[in-house]
Order: sequence, then structure tokens, then C-alpha cells
Amino acid sequence: MPRALKSPTGLIGTVLLLIVFTAALFGPLIAPYDPQLFHVQARLQGPSREFWLGTDQYGRDLLSRLLNGAPATVLFGLGATVLGVGAGSIIGVIAGVAGGRTDSIVMRILDGMLAMPELLFTLLIVSFLGGGTAQAMLAVAVTFTPGMARISRSAVLSVRTREYVLAAQARGESQAWIVGREVLPNAVAPIIVEATIRVSFAIMIGATLGFLGLGAQPPSTEWGLMVAEARQFMFRNPWCVAVPGLAIAITAMGFNLFGDALRDVFDPKRNH
Amino acid sequence: MSLAYLLRRLGAVLIVLCVVSVTVFAITAVLPGNAALMILGENASAENLAAMERQLGLDRPVVVQYFDWISGVVQGDFGTSLRLQLPVSQVVGEAFWNSMSLAVIALVAVTLIAIPMGTFAALKRGSIWDLFIGLFSYVGTALPEFVTATLLLVFFAAPSRQYLPAGGFVAPGEDLSGFFVHAILPATTLGLILMAHISRQVRSELADVLSSDFVRAARLKGIPEGRVIRRHALPNSLTPAIAVISLDIGYLLGGIIVVEEIFAWPGLGRLLIYALQNRDLPVIQAVTLLLAVVYALSNLVADIVIAKLDPRVRYA
Repeated sequence: MPRALKSPTGLIGTVLLLIVFTAALFGPLIAPYDPQLFHVQARLQGPSREFWLGTDQYGRDLLSRLLNGAPATVLFGLGATVLGVGAGSIIGVIAGVAGGRTDSIVMRILDGMLAMPELLFTLLIVSFLGGGTAQAMLAVAVTFTPGMARISRSAVLSVRTREYVLAAQARGESQAWIVGREVLPNAVAPIIVEATIRVSFAIMIGATLGFLGLGAQPPSTEWGLMVAEARQFMFRNPWCVAVPGLAIAITAMGFNLFGDALRDVFDPKRNH
Repeated sequence: MSLAYLLRRLGAVLIVLCVVSVTVFAITAVLPGNAALMILGENASAENLAAMERQLGLDRPVVVQYFDWISGVVQGDFGTSLRLQLPVSQVVGEAFWNSMSLAVIALVAVTLIAIPMGTFAALKRGSIWDLFIGLFSYVGTALPEFVTATLLLVFFAAPSRQYLPAGGFVAPGEDLSGFFVHAILPATTLGLILMAHISRQVRSELADVLSSDFVRAARLKGIPEGRVIRRHALPNSLTPAIAVISLDIGYLLGGIIVVEEIFAWPGLGRLLIYALQNRDLPVIQAVTLLLAVVYALSNLVADIVIAKLDPRVRYA
């Protein structure tokens, strides 16, 4: 059994992620109803035999909407993280390898960007790019870049003075070879751990933007937007806000737990 | 702690704030739909637009505009709100204190609850309570503020059982208890993520410290367990907790935007959403800069506290 599965947190995280990915891959196929279909006779209902998770203000089936929104939600989280981690790692590795003045200038700029609360920074960029799913994803990616750059820089720095790197330098290997073959493979673990945990933040921020009307637009089945649209009716049928809200929480929790388990695998010393 | 260290940290904060101000200005300066268009409306003629741009100084180079703006900011003049036709400093000033009071209530409550919670979990490691607190912290960090807020509203402010007000604000000077009653739900929403995060950090730090050599040595000397925890273990595990709290202030300030919007709390967050929706650039700039200043200063204070508490911290 892989080591990530041995701890209870790792096991729960893996199970949650399996559920989420199944929903994301097959959700639209296994949804019992058309997510946009109005069941006028059955508006704002709680769970029943017919509608397993209840219906919203137009009588749309919540389970079908949830399943149809799953791919977009997961893709949003993964996409924003991959973009942010990619850009951040490139900047961080360049700064870490170059050192000296380049490093300190880049780091001061990153410090300035990190001095803005994440959501605030994202909101600013979204207001510049305009609302919409793609814009929101880009905004989250830009927000993640400075933090990831800092983490990958420190990962590179911690590896750079190890004996095997010094040995490679003594052998007269080229700078590019040393970075590609010795530094990067050994610096990649903390980046992967951080990236996994960041997916949950990306999903949460994406849903928050959808909720504020700055991300996905109606009639999208993005989960944050589902909460926003149903808010007016939440006292009449709490299910229509609770279902998408808890789906966001479960997804975010899956990535969080899995990331923590990965950290324990890569760094067995920090194990409680 | 040396004066040189303090000065160096202050200098770093100043550099950070310069970068922030440039970033904020750069983003707002390129926002589609500039201030002149905002004032005159979509149907304005090109000549009128050009005239208004001249009047507002938007035809000057961006660099000149930036220095004009930042020199005003340093003197406390953030310009005039495009929508409200009031000095920005006046609009922002009141909102600032409303936001800070909410943030401080949340932060104090979180600290008072999360540190004992984390300590308890670490002392009862492996017990059902530890599991319960761990579970709570995982669920807490996975719930975005808007979900928590919505669920809290459903449970505590539904029309059928209105235990708490669903939103709004009462000035503390008018009715202090009314102020606190209105702050309960927003502060709880803000606090939940932080509580989850901080209690987890405290637990993991304390668990580390409790299995360390110096705690074992203290026990072997025959020091009573209560004293070992209070005098040896806790002080050494709280420094990282303070570092985490100071970083979490960033989350708090981001969360405030959503929470104020949902609970109609007239603070910086609500003002920012209003300004973003109406493209009120001077207000956007002022709010963003203020939040960044608060964040940077709170991190500075935390650094100083940590340096005071932990003599091993090198002022490098």
C-alpha cells in the first residue's frame, strides 16, 4: 500500500479525492436530470426519492446541477494552481540559481505582492481582467505566483549547497546540467506538497469569486454561483445552499488532507 | 533587540509598501473604463471625454500621475470619490474603524479559543477529543467564508427563529451591546478558518516540544507535570503560533471583504466591493493600500514580539 494511504488523514483525503474526481469525470454522464430543466411542480424541495438532494428555486435538480458543476470546479482548481505553480517555480528557480542582485530585486518585488491579502489581490486582478471563469482562473494563478516563487526559491537554496551539487560543480558540469539534474529533482517535493494544498485554496477562491458575481456567470453550474443564486431562498430550502457549499468544502478538504499526507511521506520527521 | 534591527525591519516594510502602491496604481491605471468615462457616462462625446481627462490629469504620463497620487497619499489626501463626490479619506476613515473593530473582535476571540484548544488536543494526543479537534480543524479550513456565513444565517437568523440579527451595524457609541450582538455572526464566520488553522499549528508545535529532550529533562528532574507544561513546553510552542497568527491576518483581511458584504457591515470590504462594481478608482486604491499597510504593520509587530520572546531569533 502506498505510504500516503497509511495515515487516517491520507486515507480520508484519498477517498474524498476519488469521489471528487469520479464526479468530475463522469458527473455530467450519470446526472439523473438535465441540470437546466425546470420542474415547476417541485420547487425548493428537500431530498426525496425523486430528487435525491432536493431542488432549487426553479425546481432544477440539485444533484444534477452539482454533478454538472464538478468538472468546472475541479478544472478551475487544477488549472489555476498549475499556471500559478508553473510561473512561480520558474521565477523562484531563476532567482534562487542566479542569486546576488537579481535574487534580491525579485524577492523585494515578490514581498510587495505578498503584502496584499490573497483575496484582495485576486479581486483587483479580476476587476482589471473583467469577470468570467477564464479571467478568474488567471487571477488566482497570478495571486499564487509570488508565494510559489518564494517556496521554490527556498527549496532551491536549501539544495544548492548540498555535497552532491558541490560535487557536480567540482566535476565541471555545466550550470544547466546541475540545475536540471541535481537541483530541481531534489527541490521538487516541497513544491508538489504546496501545490496540492493550494488546489483547495484555488477552488475556495474560485467559488468565492463566483459567489460575488465575478467568476462564472449564470446559468453556469459553478458551485459558488449556485450558492449565490439560491441565497434569497435559503430560509425556505436550506438544501439549495448547503448542498453546493458542502461540496466545495469536501473537495477542498480532499486536497488539503491529501497534501498533508504527501508532506508526511516526503518529510517523515514532521510526523504527528 | 537592537535599534538597527528595528530600523532595518521598518525599512523593509517601507520598500514593501512602495511596491504595493506601484502594483495597486498600475492595476487601477490600466482598468478599462477610466475615471472620465465614469463621471460622464457611456454616452459622453469624445471631446467632452478629452476635456474631462485633461481636467482630471489623466492625459499626463502614468509616472507623473503616480507621483501626484502618492504624494497626496503621504499627506493623507486620497483624492475624491468619483461616485460619492466626497473626499476619499472621509469615506474610507469611518469604514476603516468599522473593519478594524470587527477584525480585532474576531482575532481576540480566535486567540482565546484556538490556543487552549490546540493545547488540549496536544496534551490528550490520540484521544477522542484530539480526533474531534483535528476533524474540526480540517473541516474549518475547507469552508470558504461565504459558505460558513450562509450556513450560520440559516441556523441562527432564519425568520422563524431569529436568535441573532442577519446583518447590519450599530455604532458602538450608540449602543454597545447592540454593536456586539451584530458582530457575533460576522466575527464567527471570520474566526472559523483562523481557529481551525491556529489550533492545528499550536497542537503540532506543542506535540513536538512535549517529546523534546528539554521537556524530558524537566520531567526527569521531578518537576510537576503542570509546571513542565506551563513553564517549559507552552512558552516554547507559542512563538510559532504568533508567527502563524500574524500571517493569518492576511486571510482575515481578505475574509473581511466577503463577510462584510454578506452581513452588510459598513467597513472597508463592503466599500471595496461597491467601488469595484462602480469603478471608483480612488476608493479602490485607498482601500487596497490601507489593507496592505495594516497587514505589513501587523507582521512587523509580530516579528518584534517573536524576537522579544525568543532570544534565539537572529536579527539577520
